[in-house]
Amino acid sequence: MSTYRILRHRDIPNIASLDVYRAEGGFEAFHKAVAGMQPSDVLNEVKASGLRGRGGAGFPAGLKWSFIPNNLWPHYVVANADESEPGTFKDREIMESNPFQFLEGLMLASYAVQAHDAYIYLRGEFWQIAKSLDGKIAELEAAGLLGDKIYGTEYSLRLHTHLGAGAYICGEETALLESIEGNRGQPRLRPPFPAVYGLFGKPTVINNVETLANVPGIIANGTAWFREQGTEKSPGVKVFSLSGCVNKPGNYELPLGTTFRELIFNYGGGLPEGRSIKAIMPAGASSSLITADDRALDTPMDYESVAALGSALGSASVIVLDDSVNVAWMVSKTVEFFKHESCGKCTPCREGTYWMSHIADRIVKGDSRKEDIDLLNYVARQMQGKCLCALGEFSTMAVVTGIEQFREDFEKLQRS
Amino acid sequence: MNQLLQKYPQEIQTILAKYPADRKRSAVMPLLHLAQQEPGYITKQALQEIGEILEMPITDIDSIVGFYTLYHEQPGGRYHVQVCTDLPCALRGADEFLKQLCENIGIKVGETTPDGMVTIEEVKCLAGCHHAPMFQVQGDGDISYHEDQTVESAVELIAKLRDRKEAA
Repeated sequence: MSTYRILRHRDIPNIASLDVYRAEGGFEAFHKAVAGMQPSDVLNEVKASGLRGRGGAGFPAGLKWSFIPNNLWPHYVVANADESEPGTFKDREIMESNPFQFLEGLMLASYAVQAHDAYIYLRGEFWQIAKSLDGKIAELEAAGLLGDKIYGTEYSLRLHTHLGAGAYICGEETALLESIEGNRGQPRLRPPFPAVYGLFGKPTVINNVETLANVPGIIANGTAWFREQGTEKSPGVKVFSLSGCVNKPGNYELPLGTTFRELIFNYGGGLPEGRSIKAIMPAGASSSLITADDRALDTPMDYESVAALGSALGSASVIVLDDSVNVAWMVSKTVEFFKHESCGKCTPCREGTYWMSHIADRIVKGDSRKEDIDLLNYVARQMQGKCLCALGEFSTMAVVTGIEQFREDFEKLQRS
Repeated sequence: MNQLLQKYPQEIQTILAKYPADRKRSAVMPLLHLAQQEPGYITKQALQEIGEILEMPITDIDSIVGFYTLYHEQPGGRYHVQVCTDLPCALRGADEFLKQLCENIGIKVGETTPDGMVTIEEVKCLAGCHHAPMFQVQGDGDISYHEDQTVESAVELIAKLRDRKEAA
């Protein structure tokens, strides 16, 4: 038994090998589902668990699956393994060290919506992980867990990896689908949503790696077990990626609702000697900044509580900023990232990220004009609500909240 | 004669089998990865050959090469040392690391060592924020991660890469 639910490799050596994974109860959930449950039973169980998408949006996974219409076929399931948000590195650990739990989750999702082909979209940099997963998939085929007539039933399933090639935008689900279809990774206009018109124009479920890794436990142990951890509206555990100015950066699997203070100070070892905490970015570069006062530090990290602070939990990639960090510099870093990653399809994002980066750079270099801080804020606000996908919106978050909360950091860099 | 098809018949079959028969175009990204393996960039001839295999216009393929950063349009060093300098890495000294690394190797960001072996590049987040400074090495048809680096360890690794003769 493991004290972990997702990062089980941390106390079960070699769980990345099929024999060990099976000896630890692996694929019992998949067997239980395929041999003894209706697809709708699997779907309803996940729906009842309250599992919410771990990729950022926090949308209920079972509900997402239930949108797949049964009068349009075939269905596809796609695992989003494009993990690219600055500050996020959890899916990588899951796929490297506990790959079968993720694959079993993907297989259960596929069974629930009766997909016979599922794709794993990995960012191109995860080249070695893709190779390793190809090997694991081959092992599962050899063991009769994938392929035709699984467990002697009529159900058949095949998994395929697809490598991206360096584009953050492909984590956006419609851009990801475009990328698998052999196009530039640019988001689609919605509606129609992927549940109706997804991969190859067919109904498609897209879930994050960590979301899928939660599914075997739910099917094997039930909803009540899943809900033992976390809060009423944000049940279960979450893998928090902690980075930035902390002594022990890394992934921490903790119940949703753990406070920022516990994560940063108890688990993350606090800040280096002599430094004090200034601000928190709970969702990577896409975060609305949170000033790290006592109220913020004692806020439980669940979707509702972080939203109530005016930010969002997102993929729970917590970047800590200490008192030596100038927020204007931080903003210049995030907007430079979004400028580089904007796909160029919609004008507000393509032009807006360019200009925000230009102005922020000017401020950091000490070359700005007096009105530049307001201009930067104005450009960001002009973009909000006007972009085709979330990337454009996200690019403005740190800008607007950074100026709002730490305007003096920007002014400090201006010529008097 | 389609050299790509001649050289990698098995690999290309495996790639095509992943996608529905009427959706061959989906294979364009894996085929580009395959075509880049040896020369280290996408040659004009490779564009032509992939176009033939997938019955796809060459301009479309070229637009994909331009869109994704891991495809190289020009020959560079045999190994691309790609250092992440995004916010979480920068908070752990990645900017200074990159600067000192370049000074030690004697080239600027984006340049290649005179022996044509190593190009140093600055890239976006690689999902290794907790092990910064870090970089990946792209070359010989592989990508490997190098984490918790110091300037000394990186200089040493680059020296080893430059000594390599045969493809690994």
